[in-house]
Amino acid sequence: MMTSRINPLLILFTVLVYIFLMGPLIIVLGASVSDTTYLTFPPQGLTLRWFENIFAISAFKRTIITSLELAFLATGLALLIGIPAAYALNRYRIKLPTWLSTVFVLPILVPEIVLGFSLLKSVAVGMQTPIFLTLLVGHMLLVLPYCVRVVSASLASFDFSIEEAAVSLGSPPMKTFFTIVLPNVRSGVIAAFILAFITSINDVSTSLFLTGPGVSTLPIQILAHVEQFFDPTIASVSVLLMLLTVAVMAIVERTLGLTFLAK
Amino acid sequence: MTQALTVQNLTAHYGATKVLEDLSLSVGKGELVSLLGASGCGKTTTLRLIAGFLEPTSGSIRLGDKDLTRLPAYKRDIGLVFQNYALFPHLSVLDNVGFGLKQRGIAPAEREKRAKAMLERVGLSQLADRLPGALSGGQKQRVALARALVIEPPLLMFDEPLSNLDAKLRVDMRVEIRQLQRANGTTSVYVTHDQEEAFSISDRVAIMNAGRIMQFDTPETLYQRPANAFVARFVGFENLVPMKVSARDGATVTATTPDGSQLKLSQDRFGAIPDAFVLAARADGLAVSTDPNAEGIPAKLGLRTYLGRAYQYQSDTAAGMLIANGALSSPLEPGSTAKLVPVPDQCCVLKPE
Repeated sequence: MMTSRINPLLILFTVLVYIFLMGPLIIVLGASVSDTTYLTFPPQGLTLRWFENIFAISAFKRTIITSLELAFLATGLALLIGIPAAYALNRYRIKLPTWLSTVFVLPILVPEIVLGFSLLKSVAVGMQTPIFLTLLVGHMLLVLPYCVRVVSASLASFDFSIEEAAVSLGSPPMKTFFTIVLPNVRSGVIAAFILAFITSINDVSTSLFLTGPGVSTLPIQILAHVEQFFDPTIASVSVLLMLLTVAVMAIVERTLGLTFLAK
Repeated sequence: MTQALTVQNLTAHYGATKVLEDLSLSVGKGELVSLLGASGCGKTTTLRLIAGFLEPTSGSIRLGDKDLTRLPAYKRDIGLVFQNYALFPHLSVLDNVGFGLKQRGIAPAEREKRAKAMLERVGLSQLADRLPGALSGGQKQRVALARALVIEPPLLMFDEPLSNLDAKLRVDMRVEIRQLQRANGTTSVYVTHDQEEAFSISDRVAIMNAGRIMQFDTPETLYQRPANAFVARFVGFENLVPMKVSARDGATVTATTPDGSQLKLSQDRFGAIPDAFVLAARADGLAVSTDPNAEGIPAKLGLRTYLGRAYQYQSDTAAGMLIANGALSSPLEPGSTAKLVPVPDQCCVLKPE
């Protein structure tokens, strides 16, 4: 019988990559439960009071809510624009100029800092819009490319003659979109939602320019906090963000399986 | 025969390119008509225009007493069978078949009853609860057929429905399609590039080229009496020899071949012969003769191949390379000279292009 030999060097590299990837996370996790008033690793003592502390600091409480609101609204709006855009780009691929699909990727190609700065100049200052609205526009622009690209990828393998079959059987085009097209790109839409949501919740560069008095996002608040304090609250907030992301992924894993993200 | 589908003077463009020119076609009630041609000839465009997925530049489409020309596709009430089946991947076989009935507002119980009955007819009732992904190609196409038939459409259209199936299944399926179509008396339009498929199941076939119908006739007529050189070539007339009439004597015509040699043809046997014409013949239509007095085209024989029923010769003539058949009893060697004698029943006299 043939046995495939595994190169010990390969094992070494694999382990190193894992340490490199997971190490920082473990350090943050350790630091967040340390019973000291400064950030340290390995943790000394064991406490959850830094997690309690997050909610004692009203700025954290506020920004967590703002971040969640922003992520949900920005992602929702981006999907509302992105799904029809992706549909049109795929459905009428032959008729549309090729640069059109590039337009929808531009926000990814433009450095986020530039996006934030230009929005600050043109929208926040130029149009005197409320801070939350400017943030919403910024985040929506930020996540729109993910929505268009991921839903597009899903639509690219969708056979549009299926849609025509439904129409020929008497289903009006709009109804067909909801009953036939959408259910078949469901996994793409969910993947787009997750990517967009996580991108929005973790964004710093764009938000940095757009937050203002009274309205901030969690990552920006973390930055502001670190500038003044060095207690483990920061670590516990980071763990909270991580848990949020893991929770989203866990839901996906349970409902769809993670493999579809690789498609 | 009453006309079910009438297409008149249909012209269509893709952007600036004209893809269909002044096309007229009528299909009788219960008739199966095929649109046959190479890819790009406009057959699928015609089908998509009738289905309402494309808009014509001009012309009209009528189905029964209904004008379809500007009607949205979902209101046309046409059953469609696609090349790649186009089943709804997220619905069970039963729900796929019931989809059209649902759009027509038919109650769930009645819908299920009718869908099941139709599945029974295509022999798939035991697969009603499966998803399309779990079916073979032939089963998928049966579901697609059932889905299109269950709405009892006044017109059923097929777009290359068998192209994705293997050869054996193709033959079985086309018989099945024809039987179902006959039994239901459903007026049908069938698009294919496969001549055998079109000829075997159609009442009439429209042979198309470059956005026009070249000839619209029964398969028998098309096969034996093509109306022009394009159709002749399409149905396998390998030899097309341009000729001119140099003398007429009653029913007998003296025709001159491009090299100047003459042969006499009887209009009683070849039909009316115009002054300039093209003699079209399959290999069977040109008999190889060594009789020096035979009325034929002089040829120098080349490669000989054995066909079982005859020998076939690549024959070098002044009209180019012609393919002719010779008797099994007297095989001739390459390089020998002979005459290629047109066989009246196997030849056609066509107008020059």
